Amino acid sequence: MRVLPLLLVLLAGCGEVWNNPYPAADRGGNILYSVFADRPKHLDPAQSYTSDEAIFTRQVYEPPLQYHYLKRPYELIPLTAAEVPRPRLVEKGGSTYSIYEIRIKPGIRYQPHPAFVSENQNLREKAIERLNSPYDLPLGTRELTADDYVYQIKRLAHPQLHTPIFGLMSEYIVGLKEYAERLKDAVRPGQWLDLREHALEGVTRVDAHTYRVMLKGRYPQFAYWLAMPFFAPMPWEAEKFFHQPGMAEKNFTLDWWPVGTGPFMLSQNDPNARMVLERNPNFRGEAYPSAGEAGDAARGLLADAGKTMPFVDKAVYTREKEAIPLWNKFLQGYYDLSGISSDNFDQAVRISLEGDAALTPEMETRGIRLDTTIAPTIYYLGANWLDPVVGGSMGGAAAERARKLRQALAIAVDWEEYLSIFANGRGVPSYSPLAPGIFGFREGAEAINPVTHEWKDGKARRRPLEAARKLLAEAGYPEGRDAGTGQPLVLYLDTTSRGPGDKAVIDWWRKQFAKLSVQFEPRQTDWNRFQEKLRKGSTQLFIVGWSADYPDPENFMFLLHGPQSRAKNQGENASNYLNPEFDALFERMRNMPNSRERQQVIDRMIEIFRHDAPWIGGFHPKNFALFHSWLGNAKVNEISGNGLKYLRVAPAGRDAARREWNQPVIWPTLLLLLVLVLSAVPAFLGYRRRERMSARPAP
Amino acid sequence: MFAYVVRRVLYAVPILIGVNLITFALFFVVNTPDDMARMQLGARRVTPEAVEKWKAERGYDLPLVWNAAAQGTGKATRTIFFQKSVRLFVFDFGYSEDKRDIAAEIKARMWPSLALALPVFLVGLAVCISFALLMAFFRATYLDFWGVVLCVAMMSISTLFYIIGGQYVASKVWHLVPISGYAGGLDAAKFLALPVLIGVISGIGASSRWYRTLFLEEMGKDYVRTARAKGLAESVVLFRHVLKNALIPILTGVVVVIPLLFLGSLLSESFFGIPGLGSYTIDAIQAQDFAVVRSMVFIGSVLYIAGLILTDISYTLVDPRIRLE
Repeated sequence: MRVLPLLLVLLAGCGEVWNNPYPAADRGGNILYSVFADRPKHLDPAQSYTSDEAIFTRQVYEPPLQYHYLKRPYELIPLTAAEVPRPRLVEKGGSTYSIYEIRIKPGIRYQPHPAFVSENQNLREKAIERLNSPYDLPLGTRELTADDYVYQIKRLAHPQLHTPIFGLMSEYIVGLKEYAERLKDAVRPGQWLDLREHALEGVTRVDAHTYRVMLKGRYPQFAYWLAMPFFAPMPWEAEKFFHQPGMAEKNFTLDWWPVGTGPFMLSQNDPNARMVLERNPNFRGEAYPSAGEAGDAARGLLADAGKTMPFVDKAVYTREKEAIPLWNKFLQGYYDLSGISSDNFDQAVRISLEGDAALTPEMETRGIRLDTTIAPTIYYLGANWLDPVVGGSMGGAAAERARKLRQALAIAVDWEEYLSIFANGRGVPSYSPLAPGIFGFREGAEAINPVTHEWKDGKARRRPLEAARKLLAEAGYPEGRDAGTGQPLVLYLDTTSRGPGDKAVIDWWRKQFAKLSVQFEPRQTDWNRFQEKLRKGSTQLFIVGWSADYPDPENFMFLLHGPQSRAKNQGENASNYLNPEFDALFERMRNMPNSRERQQVIDRMIEIFRHDAPWIGGFHPKNFALFHSWLGNAKVNEISGNGLKYLRVAPAGRDAARREWNQPVIWPTLLLLLVLVLSAVPAFLGYRRRERMSARPAP
Repeated sequence: MFAYVVRRVLYAVPILIGVNLITFALFFVVNTPDDMARMQLGARRVTPEAVEKWKAERGYDLPLVWNAAAQGTGKATRTIFFQKSVRLFVFDFGYSEDKRDIAAEIKARMWPSLALALPVFLVGLAVCISFALLMAFFRATYLDFWGVVLCVAMMSISTLFYIIGGQYVASKVWHLVPISGYAGGLDAAKFLALPVLIGVISGIGASSRWYRTLFLEEMGKDYVRTARAKGLAESVVLFRHVLKNALIPILTGVVVVIPLLFLGSLLSESFFGIPGLGSYTIDAIQAQDFAVVRSMVFIGSVLYIAGLILTDISYTLVDPRIRLE
């Protein structure tokens, strides 16, 4: 018993912390530490689409374009391309085609990978079985060529891959749909399908560093897709390498071991615990941006201007499924950056009376920095256009009544209150489908929805409930009752909120409808049934969200485009909204460059949207990110996702902070042990007494 | 005994088929193959064609349990149930819906689960038996009274509270161990210290109280009085006689859980970031990954049956009067 306290004291004297979750060998390393919550499903650029996967894919794969790290609004700039391609319009057979000719920079090389060593293309199954990682094999590299980009675009049509954007791209890339049909006949079970042997009409190699993509009609948004991993290069050798028998049984697939030209390569893939990205030794180097938006220089974001990236040698991502350990490890200095969950919000942030967010003294003492940004995302309360009460498809007077009902509800549902209660104020109410920062979004008094808000004293204020009640009466429901039948108006919200913790939200919704004396019935269901109802168009009111793929108004407005109806065509228009004028304007707007004329078209679309009110308000979430003082160049970029190369860490400062914040406190443990020992004493004495006791008392 | 074991193993086959059928029914009552496809393909830009393609690739385009369009035995075999279930009986688990080899995953995740569950089991058993013997020894004294009060208090507290409280005190306030995470080899010790401690403490209340009752029951028997009458020390009476005879009911509850240790702890693994089979199962349920769910339920059933057989065998070891026929 005497050894343990002594050991504890000795260990405490070492000055090192005990709760460091990382190996001692990594101490002082130029390593970034972060987290991931959900195990990525796909790391193959043809299949990967979620933000959990983008953490890794965007650092490894290099599409031709990227977004400027610092500038806002978001701006496309070249990555591997020599310049941002401009489409050339050609007329052929009475149809218009857009031709994108993309020139890539010469001299770019792939990360070291066994696929580039020819001997590794014919491995025996026994040899594969013995491997712990594909990187156990001899590694090679080669130069990036235009053929690799062509190969990847062909992969979008591969019958054995599930490319989320195949449907969309097959509408534009010439011959892609027919190509997929041809590949279905060409594919043989268990055999590698060499796409080089199958030409794709709309995608051709011009020379070793140039390729050409031919699109049907105009599609200016294609440039944004060129900044996503779907259009990153794929060497055929990698596909062939991972297709060898025995690879899949070892979980060695392209879906798990990405091969790219980016600044980092995935060196450890354990999606259950840890993913590690290491500096790609073959990376060509890229200069840190020398310009940003106003204020970036003052925040130190231009201090590394012109310096060669990446700055960190390694990034370790640990899987954290629970918020409590994640938050505490961030506070202990074991993660370099973090978001803020609702549970920890009050500990991290205080909101001033003016509504400004600032760090609490506890965070400031630790040197933590806060960065907030409004996400290019919208959550909205949608009304099903096909519903006979709140929809608009019935036409005539009934549609007009429903329109006024929706407008009345849009005034009554207080999204500002919702954000304040349930999101700690992290969001702004939406006045149109467009998120702030997207072209077409207007600021200040011009931004507000005049149906629901008015501009007073330099601020948007929600219209009084009287306005809503008036609209409700005009809709034929005075005091929340049908003027014809006298029956109370009952509205149904389909929601996936059904746990005990969701009761407060449901009660809040009930309160919003009660303001207009409208009865509210939540139809709580699971995610699958909810999605099924949306697909069948059998909802009445529902809440869904959308995060933009790219920063263009088309990527928000299409959520209201009639042909995109979820119920009719399984599209993204969940409310099944249909307005021919809106649709015609959308068709015009989607092909226009950002200009005053485009702004005018967008203004008119928003005007129609506000008049029809297919969405009964919503909000754009505001993301809060926290950075430790030793993390440099950190700025939230909601669109690009390839921000790792810009980040810089100061390991010495981090180690000092960890030591200061995590000194073990051992006296309570010693005290506990002492209490345990002391509590055993009466028991021991009692035992001794009982053992010595004679059966009969001494005379 | 061999014949008995063989018979029990044969009995297990219909049980496993039944378990498989129930798992299948429960899963597909909640999730249709379409739901599974949409969950795997993501919520964005999913076309009906992509859903059909996903289902066809994985055999979910077949009827669930009866294929009226097929001929002969194909009516039963050309179904999702048959195609997905029959391979389990030769322990061929196939691939998860995201195309990871399930057997490889289980092999990798089994060790972290065991690394947590085995110490919790062994240390917990030793602590609980010792504590129960202590209370039994001091029965009807203040030590016994407060021991029982402590047990009732400890068993009334949620495991989640122990976990969060333990993380707060040991990791956040005292900085003694990492709050979560895992590493292989000897490095695992610092990550496992807290979850093992919490696992042991959270189990003390219920187990100790139950063992105490068993010991007290034994201590009231004639052979104990005889042992005392012949002058044996109380410790000898307790450890050599009472403990041995109280082992049969203890074994009933203990041996059956030994094989299940492989399956890990759903809660602890999630909160402590231990990449074991418990968190694997939870992830699979959340992702509607039927391939993994049915494999884990099947393994759980097999291990449970193995545990019951082991329990029966262990009876013969601790009680010579018992014969398995």
